[in-house]
Amino acid sequence: MADLSGRIVILGAGHAGGTAAALLRQLGWAGPITLVGDEPIAPYQRPPLSKAWLKGEADASSLALRPDSFYAEHHITVRLNARAAAIDRAASEVVLQGGERLGYDRLILATGARARRIALPGIELEGVLELRTAADADRLKAALGPGRRLAVVGGGYIGLEAAASARALGAEATVIELQSRVLARVACEPLSFFMQDYHRAQGVAIELGAGVDGLEGEGGRITGVRLSDGRVLPCDAALIGVGALANQELAQAAGLDCDGGVVVDLTAKTSDPAVYAIGDCTRRPLPLYGQMGRLESVPNALEQAKQAAADLCGTKPPLAETPWFWSDQYDLKLQIAGLPLGAQQILVRGEPATARFAVFHLDPDHRVQAVEAINAAPEFMAGRQLIGSRKPVAPDKLRDITVSMKDVAA
Amino acid sequence: MPKITYVEFSGTEHAIEVKTGLTVMEGAVKHNVPGIDADCGGACACATCHVYVDPAWTEKVGSPSAMEESMLDFAENVEPNSRLSCQIKVTDALDGLVVRMPESQH
Repeated sequence: MADLSGRIVILGAGHAGGTAAALLRQLGWAGPITLVGDEPIAPYQRPPLSKAWLKGEADASSLALRPDSFYAEHHITVRLNARAAAIDRAASEVVLQGGERLGYDRLILATGARARRIALPGIELEGVLELRTAADADRLKAALGPGRRLAVVGGGYIGLEAAASARALGAEATVIELQSRVLARVACEPLSFFMQDYHRAQGVAIELGAGVDGLEGEGGRITGVRLSDGRVLPCDAALIGVGALANQELAQAAGLDCDGGVVVDLTAKTSDPAVYAIGDCTRRPLPLYGQMGRLESVPNALEQAKQAAADLCGTKPPLAETPWFWSDQYDLKLQIAGLPLGAQQILVRGEPATARFAVFHLDPDHRVQAVEAINAAPEFMAGRQLIGSRKPVAPDKLRDITVSMKDVAA
Repeated sequence: MPKITYVEFSGTEHAIEVKTGLTVMEGAVKHNVPGIDADCGGACACATCHVYVDPAWTEKVGSPSAMEESMLDFAENVEPNSRLSCQIKVTDALDGLVVRMPESQH
């Protein structure tokens, strides 16, 4: 029987940290739980920040993971606007900035990731934005509106979602991508090509293979983005969305194993059994793919919160999950399951021109490694199951949209 | 506020007052009712907020959209009264609604 009376400190009050605190109470943890976050608000959902929140379709209470009263009701101490300066493992204490020490019996690191910053001339100009927090989203929202011009540096999910939201608000948007296609790091070619065309049809300008030399400004405010071919794209604001880095510095300084993320096992334990790490800040085993990786997604944050809470409370570990992601842009619902690692064959089911299709990544034994679905829920759901079950599929059937996904998966 | 009763697979009941305009899923998550995961936060993208609507309420709750239906098609242990609770908006007409949870959302 696990001892449920110890003190737990959770560093990071995002989706992972907030969920871990709630799950610990669900599973019967009786000891004190302290949730420490450096933002001024209690845990909230980040995915809507580039979507519904930006478009003004969600309010603060719908963004909140749980109502403010929840934490007091469940005896969870929430320390907002607080940031840890160090972890003193020898003393089992977290040192906050300002010097206060919080003792722990178990520590959970849920420090998340931060937007990668690039050293560009002009990066300090007003109107140069990133999108990670609610405060970031408020700044971006204030910069958008009819006739305003947004430049997006980086054609990843955040950038494309922001461009779609900007269009919905009547703003002009230009996406600038260094690679020869958008989503180059995270999606296959057919999906990238489809997304590029779709964004262009919605009035988004897309510059591919375009390097950025610097940001131009006047009176301390951004006026344009200077490309490496010499052109200057005028804008009123620029969103820099070029990936994220794990916030692993605290763990690293405390001597925990880190490797582009805090290294954890499938119980979310770090190299110190008294310290767990969950969410975007971790580098975790990916059992389906036989390797370690860092996943930046809400489903991953939730899965690891469950792993940690179950391990701490001595309850049944959660079932292994297939990694998955989603994105909403315009009237498109993107759902992606699995990672295309080890895939050799790409198979498209459906016609991209209909804006309803899916791309399957198969390994040499015709087992699904990943599926990328656009407005194609059955393909996504069946694909996700097939990835987990490792069952081979018949490519001819999979390609044939007259054969239902139920029959393909049967 | 409309009262909604969430019944865990184990039989444990949670009677909760949920603000109109929220979804049945949000009512559960915001009050820490176990058994509704809602991984995607209500985007109808994950089918981890699956519930069984009490037969007395199915008509009032209405039927799923095509999108929701195709998500449900591939969820575990689906019954004719299965719904994704993120797609059910709470209104005064749903005061007294009872939903039951499956054994697992995955």
